[in-house]
Amino acid sequence: MSDQFSAWQLILNGDPALYAIVRLSLAVSLSAVALAALIGMPLGALLGLTRFPGRSVLVVLLNALMGLPPVVVGLAVYLLLSRSGPLGAFGILFTPLAMVIAQTILIVPIIAAPTRQTVEDLWVEYRDELTAMDVSPVGRMTTLLWDARYSLLTALLAGFGRAAAEVGAVMIVGGNIDGFTRTMTTAVALETSKGNLPLAMGLGLVLVAIVLAINAAAWGTRVWSERQAG
Amino acid sequence: MSRFSSLALAVLVGALIHSAPAGAQDRSIVVASTTSTQDSGLFGYLLPIFKARTGIEVKVIAQGTGQALDTARRGDADVVFVHAKAQEEKFLAEGFGVKRFDVMYNDFVLIGPNSDPAGVKGRDIETALKTIQAKAAPFVSRGDRSGTHSAELALWKQAGIDIAASKGPWYREIGQGMGAALNTAAAMNGYVLSDRGTWISFKNRGDLAIVVEGDKRLFNQYGVMLVNPAKYPSVKKELGQTFVDWLISPEGQAAIAGYKIDGQQLFFPDADKKGT
Amino acid sequence: MRAPASDLPLVLDGVSLQAGSTTILDRLNLKISPGAPTLIVGPNGAGKTRLLRLCMGLDAPSAGRITWGGRANSAMTRRAILFQRPVMLRRTAAANIAYALAQAGTPRHERAGRVAALLERVGLSGLAQRPARRLSGGEQQRLALARALARDPEILLLDEPTANLDPAATRGVEEIVLSAARSGIKIVMASHDLGQVRRLAGDVIFLVRGALREQEKAQDFFDHPATPEAAAFLRGDLVI
Repeated sequence: MSDQFSAWQLILNGDPALYAIVRLSLAVSLSAVALAALIGMPLGALLGLTRFPGRSVLVVLLNALMGLPPVVVGLAVYLLLSRSGPLGAFGILFTPLAMVIAQTILIVPIIAAPTRQTVEDLWVEYRDELTAMDVSPVGRMTTLLWDARYSLLTALLAGFGRAAAEVGAVMIVGGNIDGFTRTMTTAVALETSKGNLPLAMGLGLVLVAIVLAINAAAWGTRVWSERQAG
Repeated sequence: MSRFSSLALAVLVGALIHSAPAGAQDRSIVVASTTSTQDSGLFGYLLPIFKARTGIEVKVIAQGTGQALDTARRGDADVVFVHAKAQEEKFLAEGFGVKRFDVMYNDFVLIGPNSDPAGVKGRDIETALKTIQAKAAPFVSRGDRSGTHSAELALWKQAGIDIAASKGPWYREIGQGMGAALNTAAAMNGYVLSDRGTWISFKNRGDLAIVVEGDKRLFNQYGVMLVNPAKYPSVKKELGQTFVDWLISPEGQAAIAGYKIDGQQLFFPDADKKGT
Repeated sequence: MRAPASDLPLVLDGVSLQAGSTTILDRLNLKISPGAPTLIVGPNGAGKTRLLRLCMGLDAPSAGRITWGGRANSAMTRRAILFQRPVMLRRTAAANIAYALAQAGTPRHERAGRVAALLERVGLSGLAQRPARRLSGGEQQRLALARALARDPEILLLDEPTANLDPAATRGVEEIVLSAARSGIKIVMASHDLGQVRRLAGDVIFLVRGALREQEKAQDFFDHPATPEAAAFLRGDLVI
């Protein structure tokens, strides 16, 4: 990437390196959100609907894990995926897949904890009807998750925001390799360390603009969907 | 809903696969190197030449020398390319490297504010460091076991200063790369030891300038090693060896000499092919 | 699969319901048989809602026994209940009914047809694609009825379904209830609206403060109430 141009000029000129970085950032973070939702939503719903000894401990733990430091997650995943670590044989370290794994771990709690609260609250309202309709336990989970979809969308956006914004995990497990694992955030870090502050700031603003656009798109989808099905 | 989400998932997975090259068939190696080689832009210049020549993709993980060697000790790199001879020789002695070759050198420079409050401009490095310590002038240290950090510590020692004992609030260890150290020095108008390559390509100089240079003791040698495949069979030894060989070949050496910023050459090739 | 056995007669034998030290229902002995609608009547706080929930099987009694068609454990498959404020699923009216059909085990290929039929039956055909939460109170109650009828119940329990509706909406709901009764569904409905009781009841269960005061044919209840509380209630006095 040329240092003389500002980030916006790079966008307008269609700089391939910048576009590759944007594509990778979105691919990694969106994949992580999708995976984390697949794991976190059923987990949150299950925790919201069941009662068992020690449940409060789990709830508190899940809430606390929302604040998991990205760099710590990155380090833990690095040690797992390193050649001298337990999963080294797969050779996943320093690839986008490693970054997706680390970010997924990071944002599962951010999706699961609000899901748990939302489903738990909704169950109070839906309990009689769903029991009277003889809905199975799995059916209750899916019904509540679907009915709560607008609230859950906010949790998804929070997870995406966290993933797109973090640099600690992807730096450690990805290695910020030029052309392979360089994301918007690691690029900002790199340009800052090279003293290219205006370029770094420009890249940062591009990232913010993209996240804003995604949030706007999500909002628009919600509005349209509400008009359709309420 | 489920049809849409599975489509979206397929698109994402596709994008990911597209972003990450395939497994064993791809011709790529991981080189653990230093922030000075990355931040100075050397790799950006060198690697496309190498790729055009051999078709091998070089993936550079830029960390401090100490961290780069540790990465190799864990088997996560194929080649190391760093600049702290003592640490490299230790690495070799531990059996993690195959053979060490000199590749290139440049020098360190002492950077400080234009106004030079400690009054060290033009002195030799030992005197300069003694003066800085005596006057408790703000000094930024890499603090990260990098090649530059190792060199800095060696220089304090040569100046007769036990820095571990005599460091005070004026000595700021940041534990980060060269660019970050320069940024910090610029922000607090302090002194910092830097390699010339990073300094030349550094854009956020603020009020900083070179205050001491040319001292023989500021010599900075870079070396390259293939990580020992006996320790980690996963090391791509043919491809890695190709890279090592190319760096010390006349062609590679000429390429290194060809890297200039504003007409200034940053690194000086000095491979002798014998290696240790 | 439908349970082949019948849930009627629905018998409560010495059933009490306690919450802490408060007695909500006190040693009820009553029998609900097939036939004309049974209306559960009484002042507010009499325990009508709790009684309906027990009959549905949603709650268990603190003492005594409930049997459905002679069985102490009977799955809810052939019963349905309508709550005073129904909860609409966040989807269209038609989708709400489809959901109820799915939960009741209706095969997929039959659902579309039955949804249309049920919408027709409750008079909501024109609102099939309307988000259920945007229906009026009366329309939501009729949709809830459609969901209940989707279960093809033997017994339909209703908890003051028209308490919050205007007269026109009330009439709409009552018509559906009557037509369900005519098609053979046993109606058990709580109400504090005497006019409604007169319109719908075959027989009446009169509760005061959790205790059964009277159980008889509707005509007898209105013409010759056996207890002073019933007489007071019919006069419109507050029964404390």
